[in-house]
Amino acid sequence: MSAHRIAVTVNGQLIDADVEARQPLSDFLRQNAGQTGVHVGCEHGVCGACTVIVDGVAVRSCLMLAVQADGGAVTTVEGLAAADGTLHPVQQAMKDEFGLQCGFCTPGVVMTLAALTADGAKPSAAVLQDAASGHLCRCTGYQGIMRAVRRLGSGALAVENGA
Amino acid sequence: MKAAPFDYVVPGSIAEAVDHLADAGGDANVLAGGQTLVPLLALRMATPTLLVDVNSIAALSEISRTATGTRIGATVRQNRVLTDPVIATHVPVLPRATAFVGHHQTRNRGTIGGSVALGEPAAEYPATIVALGATIEAQSQRGTRHIPAHDFYLGPYTTALEPDELITAIQIPDWPPGTITLVHEVTRRPGDFALVGLVALFAVDAARITRAGIAWFGMGPQPLRSAAAEAALAGASFADIDFAGLAQLALSDTDPMDDAQATAAYRRTVGARIFERLTRAALGTRRAA
Repeated sequence: MSAHRIAVTVNGQLIDADVEARQPLSDFLRQNAGQTGVHVGCEHGVCGACTVIVDGVAVRSCLMLAVQADGGAVTTVEGLAAADGTLHPVQQAMKDEFGLQCGFCTPGVVMTLAALTADGAKPSAAVLQDAASGHLCRCTGYQGIMRAVRRLGSGALAVENGA
Repeated sequence: MKAAPFDYVVPGSIAEAVDHLADAGGDANVLAGGQTLVPLLALRMATPTLLVDVNSIAALSEISRTATGTRIGATVRQNRVLTDPVIATHVPVLPRATAFVGHHQTRNRGTIGGSVALGEPAAEYPATIVALGATIEAQSQRGTRHIPAHDFYLGPYTTALEPDELITAIQIPDWPPGTITLVHEVTRRPGDFALVGLVALFAVDAARITRAGIAWFGMGPQPLRSAAAEAALAGASFADIDFAGLAQLALSDTDPMDDAQATAAYRRTVGARIFERLTRAALGTRRAA
């Protein structure tokens, strides 16, 4: 078993730690970086709750080893809102459209949508809807999440289902 | 849900990577995108002593044109396959297949070489490279091998790759301009592995099909090429195609199984339907021409 010294920029702050090779990035973010907004659900890449942004793209943090993020930059849900508490546009849309209930899946959904709408990008709602299919939500029935997706994207959803 | 301990190395070159694989004597796993391997580690279904992380080897992530086709490096991410202009121009069937692979989040990490190496019988890439007539380039201390895709898959998760070999690239021969490509799969939810999947390519001239490539996924222990249907279609004029008969012929090369998701009979019924419907839609309209 090998141990590795890594340094990862998490929400703008450099975190260095000794990690075992087998430690997932999700556990590093929660335990070493204290970012407990990274929700760990299934721990094998199915539920999407642990999704974060690594070097600009949305990934499941349970499917990356912490050691693989060495030298990289990670954004978690804690890194989205402005210092004065102003919500990120994705957070605001999810709040306004009631895109959450218990909140367990929410950080993952938010990070996927934030990655795809970064720097003012406005992809089609169909693209955002497809990306949102990588998240399981057991409360909302997805309708509120899809309303937020419609607001954040352009045009219609690929699949309209009474949303 | 925590992986068993293992050692981890990040080679900077292909030579260094294959040295690690040779030294490990079969106890190493190659880590590319990790979108299947990391869950298998977490579930302790895989317990290697060493992970060889090939993500830092720049030569493995190149996409280039060759004299006869397109060469796609093993660690090219699936979302790059979806959007790369060279692939879109020369291998348009690949982005179409990629749209069915996993989810946006897993495609950001998952690689084409990783999916090819895994040999999941219901996955999209293995069947797509079989239909394309692609070649898998594998390297070891013993040298480089070029393995035809249809000889590569031996059974579920079982390939011709030796434990000391690293897939370095997929070499895809050019199909003629105007080739018609079909990719379709039936799943219970988007992003799931296919219950039934079909990849087909038809090179055509004004009146006939000049060459066909047909492969199924989820329809047997490995991706299966329909050699009988390919042979029947090569040279066939659009006016003469019996779509229903062709669907049955294409199914004759499959070997679907009953499992928790679907019965073999269901897979055959659905396979025949999608084959007939898609080929009729793509080729039937050419009859008038």
